[in-house]
Amino acid sequence: MEAYFDNSATTSCSEGVKELMVRALVEDYGNPSSLHRKGMEGENYIRDARDKICKTLKAKDSELIFTSGGTESNNLAIIGAAMANKRSGNHLITTRIEHPAVLSPMKFLEEQGFQVTYLAVDRDGIISLEELAAAVTENTILVSIMYVNNEIGAVEPIAEAAQIIKNKNPRALLHVDAIQAYGKYVIHPGKLGIDLMSVSGHKIHGPKGSGFLYVKEKTKLKPILFGGGQQKNMRSGTENVPGIAGLGQAAKEAYEDFAAKQAHLFQLKESFIEGLSGQNWAHVNGNYQNSAPHIVSLSVDGVRSEVLLHALEERQIYVSAGSACASNKPAKSATLAAIGIGRDYLDSTIRISFCPQNTLEEVEYCLASLKELVPFLGKYTRH
Amino acid sequence: MFKAFLIKYGEIGIKGKNRHLFEDALVRQIKYALKPVEGEFQISKEQGRIYIEALSEFDYDEVLEHLQHVFGIVGICPVVLTEDEGFDKLAEDVVSYLDKRYPDKHLTFKVNTRRARKSYPMPSMEVNAALGERILDAFADMKVDVHNPDILINVEIRGKINIYSEIIPGPGGMPVGTNGKGMLLLSGGIDSPVAGYMIAKRGVKIDAVYFHAPPYTSERAKQKVVDLAKIVAKYTGPIYLKVVNFTDIQMYIYEKCPHDELTIIMRRYMMRIAEYFARETESLGLITGESIGQVASQTMQSLASTDEVCTMPVYRPLIGFDKQEIIELSKRIGTFETSILPYEDCCTIFVAKHPVTKPSLKVIRRSETHLKEQIDEMMKTAIETAETIIVK
Repeated sequence: MEAYFDNSATTSCSEGVKELMVRALVEDYGNPSSLHRKGMEGENYIRDARDKICKTLKAKDSELIFTSGGTESNNLAIIGAAMANKRSGNHLITTRIEHPAVLSPMKFLEEQGFQVTYLAVDRDGIISLEELAAAVTENTILVSIMYVNNEIGAVEPIAEAAQIIKNKNPRALLHVDAIQAYGKYVIHPGKLGIDLMSVSGHKIHGPKGSGFLYVKEKTKLKPILFGGGQQKNMRSGTENVPGIAGLGQAAKEAYEDFAAKQAHLFQLKESFIEGLSGQNWAHVNGNYQNSAPHIVSLSVDGVRSEVLLHALEERQIYVSAGSACASNKPAKSATLAAIGIGRDYLDSTIRISFCPQNTLEEVEYCLASLKELVPFLGKYTRH
Repeated sequence: MFKAFLIKYGEIGIKGKNRHLFEDALVRQIKYALKPVEGEFQISKEQGRIYIEALSEFDYDEVLEHLQHVFGIVGICPVVLTEDEGFDKLAEDVVSYLDKRYPDKHLTFKVNTRRARKSYPMPSMEVNAALGERILDAFADMKVDVHNPDILINVEIRGKINIYSEIIPGPGGMPVGTNGKGMLLLSGGIDSPVAGYMIAKRGVKIDAVYFHAPPYTSERAKQKVVDLAKIVAKYTGPIYLKVVNFTDIQMYIYEKCPHDELTIIMRRYMMRIAEYFARETESLGLITGESIGQVASQTMQSLASTDEVCTMPVYRPLIGFDKQEIIELSKRIGTFETSILPYEDCCTIFVAKHPVTKPSLKVIRRSETHLKEQIDEMMKTAIETAETIIVK
């Protein structure tokens, strides 16, 4: 049996996505900027994708910018908003558990003279709204908070945060990295008070190299790519028509039969965690009762994550190491450190992430393998 | 502007009656090095010289880069070859050579003529003087400096006339294949690829053995070793890489032996397996990247302990090098960036916190007796299931 439990890293491409993409790639290959019929055909794919996505967001079709994926969306949101609003202030706020695609642009902006506040999180990985309220000032132009944390599945209180921010400083923008959340939750950014929101295609059974940034109407944003002026000058470069078509289709499929899919994910997660009860080597990180449906962060006594990962791999079970590391280059996970898990666990945490196609049998198979492997591998540990 | 290279070689020029063997090996290695380069080349030996002549269009920089990987080459001279059609023609050729090669003429020069063909009507000194005059006539900005010239123009009168002024350094050493074959213990670290390079530089052909320990080491760690072997193979030619699954042996040692002796005992078994493969493939020695005192398993006592299980000589070309020196070498040969990729190798996963640094042979031997029940069978399995990868 194969069990692919690394869906937060990337997902398989759905059949519907594939078919549409092949058509856009092979048959209707026109450049949307071309004036002839072929160009029009290409443009239609984009229009169609835009419609599909906007339906899921309850957004206007002018509120989407297609990008090359989550990293570009985050970069455009953060750097673009900072550049466009620097006359209003130079203060930014984010959290300590953001993905590097948020933290690195923040770091870049710090080098450019902006000031960044990094919010702490509690043991469950949740920010404190009081701390957020205290951090927002007249000078704050952008707050960036992730919806679902990619390592432990913590779900941040976005709606409450939006209110707090707008109450203290109506001009401050809220960017939400929703890369792990879109498709797992119904998100209507307009209603939630989100100004900018990043989404990636390949996390929802769409293609790699695709994504979008939701930009609420009238939000001041500067482009970070310059060229032919596509997408109303906000994102130059010939549109990735097959990628955008695939992204649109994936978005549509993600929200088809949504309640059942979400319930299935929760069921997979619960049965996985239940199956670990009584195993004294297993420690599930964060508050798994309130965390995202598809992510489990598991620390294991006495076995390093990389070893466990490869041992599972031999049984065709694919998971992530909680933090990438090796003896000669310790790159500890910022998220795991921020929620204050023990030092020993930084090196021995794996992430299991599900998708709706995963089955309870796969979960059982993984549990059985873990119960067999961990006690065995634990015998051969570094001293 | 160049269509030919003159290859200078050092040591192999003085090997007496064996000289042609070395020259043939160098020609062979040059041919091998140029195989992947676009273009057609003719390589010829002539009076203690090796010439590479391009028979088609070629990329000058690419050829140079490939030649700089051939051991035995001391210098590479981009050369203009002309037929002897009298002095006037020669002077014309030299002037045109300088004109093309040195667009800025604010330079000093000296002409250095050698007559390998003594039947040439003018003596060397006269050619020097006459050519110097022609050059001064042609370029007002050029001046003669016989002591410390910017350009030393070499004119060699042979079958054809050779004109060159540049000697680009090669890697030196001796052509691979002129000094037998050795078995390199290749890990994913910085040292072992450099050790392989050093021994290959002395003309030794290299095979390699790598020990992996899945699931403790990953596929990527193995790929890293293949990538390292690939870089070394640019100098040495194809490397036969044995990949040995070492997990069972490692765990067995872990179970049966004191943990502070793990690394030493593990290395002793690695040496035994490496030596087995070395014999099987007619290697004449083992090669490791050890240097005295670098880590616990590389103290004099530890080295003595690993040596004990080998009947073949173990070559340790880095024995007296500091880490920094090894790093510099690895940067120069191009393996450093790959070596520092962060994947575990099997030496680092089971290390004890305080490994023995002065293992006594007696103690280690006694510890190994705890393994007698299964170790022979395990060695046999490891050897039989080893995978061979031809890296080139």
